[in-house]
Amino acid sequence: MAKEGVKLLDFWASPFCMRAKIALGEKGVAYEGQEEDLFGGKSELLLSSNPIYQKVPVLLHNDKPIVESSNIVTYIDEAWPAPPLMPACAFGRARARFWADFIDKKIFEGGSKIWMSKGEELEVAKNEFIDILKKLEGALGEKDYFNGDTFGFVDIILIGLTSWFFAYEKFGGFKVEDHCPTFSAWIKRCMERESVSKVIPAPESVCECVVMLRKMHGVE
Amino acid sequence: MSDHVVLLDSYPSMFGMRVRIALAEKGIEYEYKEEDLSNKSPLLLKMNPVHKKIPVLIHNGRPVCESLVEVQYIDEVWKDKSPLLPSHPYQRAQARFWADYVDKKIYDAGRKIWTTKGEEQETAKNELIDCLKVLEGELGDKPYFGGESFGFVDIALLPFSTWFYAYETLGNFSIEAECPKLIAWVNRCKEKETVSKSLSDPHKVYEFVLGLRKKLGI
Repeated sequence: MAKEGVKLLDFWASPFCMRAKIALGEKGVAYEGQEEDLFGGKSELLLSSNPIYQKVPVLLHNDKPIVESSNIVTYIDEAWPAPPLMPACAFGRARARFWADFIDKKIFEGGSKIWMSKGEELEVAKNEFIDILKKLEGALGEKDYFNGDTFGFVDIILIGLTSWFFAYEKFGGFKVEDHCPTFSAWIKRCMERESVSKVIPAPESVCECVVMLRKMHGVE
Repeated sequence: MSDHVVLLDSYPSMFGMRVRIALAEKGIEYEYKEEDLSNKSPLLLKMNPVHKKIPVLIHNGRPVCESLVEVQYIDEVWKDKSPLLPSHPYQRAQARFWADYVDKKIYDAGRKIWTTKGEEQETAKNELIDCLKVLEGELGDKPYFGGESFGFVDIALLPFSTWFYAYETLGNFSIEAECPKLIAWVNRCKEKETVSKSLSDPHKVYEFVLGLRKKLGI
């Protein structure tokens, strides 16, 4: 086990893996990344360290596995307390967990409905997705980050998912910026952070991934 | 400083029961408000505009939503008594993982049992039993999921036991026959007064489910 005993089982296009990488980056924790071939064959290590879901990301800290991306980010925040990713007060933390849960329930599934459907269904999916982003805009308000003045937990939970927006925009025939300019400004602000920009893949590459997924699901 | 705590809830809700148990464990006095989910109160709609769901914990006028978020909030604010989560980050991560597993698996599998028939219902029954067996495995020989002391995962799962009678009656099977250790754990937890006074009556839950089925035309 190299690098402070921290290893991350990863997949380059996974917005959930991006969460873990950004959190580790924010804490300045060095880690060994192991890219998993999700379509070719998952490694023995992945299957044995996450037997229930068999998914990435998996964080291994001194060989002990932590799974589920939001859980991993919370663990990283608690195991390496500085700088804190969560607000100091309990109510602020409850709000952060609430929005992280909202993001987990709505964004990836909402976006998937866009690239998986056509015609009338696609229109509905697109409008629902925009509504979800508007709710998040409401939560962001006038703040620089969802966490307040500083980049934090909710920002980390959300920003990786935005790397898939280019694909949603392409297949949905819309632009997030036209409907949610505040949200788009927040994306740009986060992308200026090194911990974010070095792990977010090029949107065009993610789009190619989505094209492949569409084929696999028999869309068009 | 005196705290004003209100819980917007619905008697049969397993999610509401989680918060009731946590409040009882900490000895917190609160005002319980029963919501009619077919006619939600302006207070509920104001306090949870995003999901419009119960339970909602209102602490000194500020709302906390989503049951596991509420339980964690209760644990953090009233931290001097009965800790619900372990103190070590790795054990905390394990506790959150298993509570999340309960959230992902148990509700949907249970719901399919009382909303379907025939082949679909058989599949749902097997799914529920499989998930409960995984949880039984995680419990092992420990008295509680939290180890020696009752905690977060126990609170996350326990309320579903009040729906077992409904699942068993409508699905014509016995959970105890398949998962005896889990039922032993349920009974152990119910010896705690904080639990027994917070859990709803399984027969009343069953009546509620029958009413829901009628409404849904099942």
